[in-house]
Amino acid sequence: MAKELLKGNVAIAEASVRAGCRAYFGYPITPQTELLEYLSSRMIALGRVFLQAESEVAAINMVYGAACTGARVMTSSSSPGFSLMQEGLSYIAASDLPCVVVDVMRGGPGLGNILPSQGDYFQVTRSAGHGDYHPIVLAPATVQEAIDMTVLAFDLADHYRHLVILALDGLIGQMMEPAELPEWQADLPTPDWAVTGAANRAPNRITSMHLRADESEAYNQHIQRRLERIRAAEQRSIEMYTDDAELLVIGFGSAGRIAASAVEMAREDGLNVGLFRPQTLYPFPSERLAELAEQVGACLVVEMNAGQMLDDVRLAVNGRAPVEFFGRMGGAIPLPEEILDTIEMLCWSLHVVE
Amino acid sequence: MNNHNGNDRTEFVFSGFGGQGVMFVGQLLAYAAMDAGFNVTWIPSYGPEMRGGTAHCTTIVSRKPIGSPMSPRPHVAVVLNLPSFTRYEPLVREEGLLVVNSALVSLTSHRQDIQTLDIPATTIAENLGSVRAANMVLLGAALTAKPALPLAAAHSALEAHLPPQHRSLLALNHAALDAGAAVVLERL
Repeated sequence: MAKELLKGNVAIAEASVRAGCRAYFGYPITPQTELLEYLSSRMIALGRVFLQAESEVAAINMVYGAACTGARVMTSSSSPGFSLMQEGLSYIAASDLPCVVVDVMRGGPGLGNILPSQGDYFQVTRSAGHGDYHPIVLAPATVQEAIDMTVLAFDLADHYRHLVILALDGLIGQMMEPAELPEWQADLPTPDWAVTGAANRAPNRITSMHLRADESEAYNQHIQRRLERIRAAEQRSIEMYTDDAELLVIGFGSAGRIAASAVEMAREDGLNVGLFRPQTLYPFPSERLAELAEQVGACLVVEMNAGQMLDDVRLAVNGRAPVEFFGRMGGAIPLPEEILDTIEMLCWSLHVVE
Repeated sequence: MNNHNGNDRTEFVFSGFGGQGVMFVGQLLAYAAMDAGFNVTWIPSYGPEMRGGTAHCTTIVSRKPIGSPMSPRPHVAVVLNLPSFTRYEPLVREEGLLVVNSALVSLTSHRQDIQTLDIPATTIAENLGSVRAANMVLLGAALTAKPALPLAAAHSALEAHLPPQHRSLLALNHAALDAGAAVVLERL
């Protein structure tokens, strides 16, 4: 298939259609509204379900219900709307239901603004909603990666029967880039755990309630064993110039791609700088980062927040190298030049300038 | 120290009133760049300012992968109205290009470190058949003065990507691109 010029939000929407999303429930909020707008006609034309709910609280609970039928289902929102979904997300996770949730992050806290931000990192990675679990979190840095990760999100959700969050920001949602859409997913069989009417079979039961402590602890252990498998198999990252890097710049999503420009500039200036871009925020690619931390003199984390992934980097690096931070907040977008200034300062202080 | 700003990357900003085709002209350039094999990003203004009447978008055309799709200091600013002139005239990068729709903008730039083209695009477009082609007049002028892409790439992109509901305007848009180019060539 040829490359097309696609807007991030629209690309995710069409990718979800081709990945076999049978039902979408959502509520408009900038900067993700094009996703919902696109699906409002596309899903109807295909005879699938599109429903604009009365609120994000309703939308996520509709997703919960539809996911019980074993169909591929999705919702999308942006930071304040995503906050409203927390209870439903936790119920979905604690019911072993696959579903995909897109959070096109915007400036906060509070009503904030509609500009790009990565301020929801803690919210998406620590546990979207209450309780003791983590969703799988994918963080695209380009429109192409947003498409590829939408397909991956549905596959991972089904494979693990787990909640998957696609976490991007307004830049990726709003920009157009050349990208290629995926092949159409063939119809999938209904999973044997689905609630479909129980004709001629024993009933299936889907619930997130476990009243007795022993049952509840056993269920928690079941979730933790699954998360262990996810951590072992699904850590993903991209690297640039890490072979001889003395300073390792670490960033995800938009901050990662802007940091890549700064790293290219630093290389042109003869500085031995590399880039590590996590593609999965949960599981965080700790194993590879720990290896790289053995080789480098220092790490620089770049984020569009006050330093949230920074915690995961520190846990992975675990004292093997100093970890510095550069961030912009509240919808401000870092310039490659200001990241480069920080890189130069750190290289100078490491005495690694040739 | 490198200036990190070779000839392999050009950042364009298009700015004007809603309805002047600012978003579309930026997208057309993006299509032309994509079809010509460049890396390209297009991003609209979608912040609170879009509610205020003046819209702008940024198109970056590059031989290398593009990090930030934003351009705080564009190489080329194409301004279709007065608020856009006021906003972008000081921001054009040194040795950059400012293309002004002088039919609607009474000011002119006094900066000595950039090239300024005052083009009465709305008037030219009106004479060709519709004021709505002013955006193409200015793109024709911009690509002639700053040939990040050949003008032919913009013509091809019109053929390939003009939406079906606007196909009747194809000839007008082609003529507008050429008219903008002609104004610049006459002044050389």
